[in-house]
Amino acid sequence: MNNPPDLKYTKSHEWVRLEGDVATIGITDHAQSELGDIVFIDMPEVGRALQAEESFGTVESVKTVSDLYAPIAGEVIAVNEALGARSELVNTAPFGEGWLVKVRVSNPADVDALLDADAYTVIAEA
Amino acid sequence: MADLTTPLHDAHVAFGARIVPFAGYLMPVQYAGVLAEAKAVREGAGMFDVSHMARLWFRGERVLEFLEWITTNDVAALADGRGQYSLLPNATGGVVDDIIVYRVAEGAFRMVVNAANHAKDVAWISSQNRFHVTVTDDTDATVMIAVQGPDATGVLAKGATDGQALREAPTFGIVETDIHGVPCFCMRSGYTGEDGYELVCAAERGIELWNALAAAGVVSCGLGARDLLRVEAGLPLYGHELNDDVNPISAGLGWVVGKEKAFIGCGPINEARTNGTPTKLQGVRLEGKRLPQPGMRVFVDGREVGVITSGVYSPILEAGIAFAFIASDVKLGTPATVEIRGKHEPATIVSKRFWKRAY
Repeated sequence: MNNPPDLKYTKSHEWVRLEGDVATIGITDHAQSELGDIVFIDMPEVGRALQAEESFGTVESVKTVSDLYAPIAGEVIAVNEALGARSELVNTAPFGEGWLVKVRVSNPADVDALLDADAYTVIAEA
Repeated sequence: MADLTTPLHDAHVAFGARIVPFAGYLMPVQYAGVLAEAKAVREGAGMFDVSHMARLWFRGERVLEFLEWITTNDVAALADGRGQYSLLPNATGGVVDDIIVYRVAEGAFRMVVNAANHAKDVAWISSQNRFHVTVTDDTDATVMIAVQGPDATGVLAKGATDGQALREAPTFGIVETDIHGVPCFCMRSGYTGEDGYELVCAAERGIELWNALAAAGVVSCGLGARDLLRVEAGLPLYGHELNDDVNPISAGLGWVVGKEKAFIGCGPINEARTNGTPTKLQGVRLEGKRLPQPGMRVFVDGREVGVITSGVYSPILEAGIAFAFIASDVKLGTPATVEIRGKHEPATIVSKRFWKRAY
């Protein structure tokens, strides 16, 4: 699995890209591969305040349902509307077009505490 | 107990399958992906390793009498070289297993049973055997490959010594022929709603047959696609829609229960046929793409009317679909909701045959 070095990761297989105080969040290539074909994503409402490690939605695949966990605290400012009709983007472009939500983070420094690509790769390949 | 592997295990690994434990075996759950595999079966031809399912032989002078007693369907109606879907009932009108019975010749029948029930079925059958029938188990000595899809029979026929017999056999017919040089016992049955065959050959020739079929264009498919396809086709799975306490009439299987014969549990089953059952197995079609799962509750006008037993995402209907035992007073077409993690998702109670082949 190729985990981009410029992203941060969680043990629960989400990734975070921080730009200013806005974090884009998705699930990793490893996560989408484990889930199989994704058919539905239950997204949070824009405006919802998330606590770190809070479940903010679910990803439903042809095989299973998996909870999504907020990597960091913040307010949801956008959800990826394209996934409503094309949930398969999470399978085909997990680090790109298949992003899930954008969050205005409460404390950008929180992101530093997340896993880097090397540390995550160790977990994902374990 | 350590998980078993089928003789095709090395081929699955070589083909890049994701392997999971299932019914005591390590089985491929998917290769390229569940949706791609399901599409291959609906539009072309796919193959499944079903070697984990148990294969039994029944031989003896009184074999017909024995099978009439231990199975629900009308075994006497079978001609040589024909099979039928059937059930092993228990004394209380529940189901020990759902099975396929094939009459190979007079005094010689084959039965295919579920992997998860293999030991249970063999013990049950043995306990009922007052007919001096010899039951042998050739599961480990053979492999079984289900080749399914609109092109399945054509692809098999091209590689067969007797392709014409494969093309002409009726549903549930038996053909014995070499396929790509491998002697096969071919049964025109399956678990996907499509045409096709279930091939039984010697265990040591299994990988050779699998590879030859792959080279002929048959797509390798796993248990994930198999589950999706069987739900679309309205086919039950033991442990979900059937168990020791489910009356077959409730599960909509009255059509595999003979009306003019005596068999184990015929009292309670016939009683259910006459008087009805409190619930019936129905289909539930969600409006959206959410994944319904076993145990989720179904509501009509705020009243809980049933519980889901199996659920999949149907790529043909582009919706979540499920089976549920629904209160018998609820009619097909009734709007309903399915409770999915606290939210009521709109759905409709429908026939459990979500999809029917057009050929």
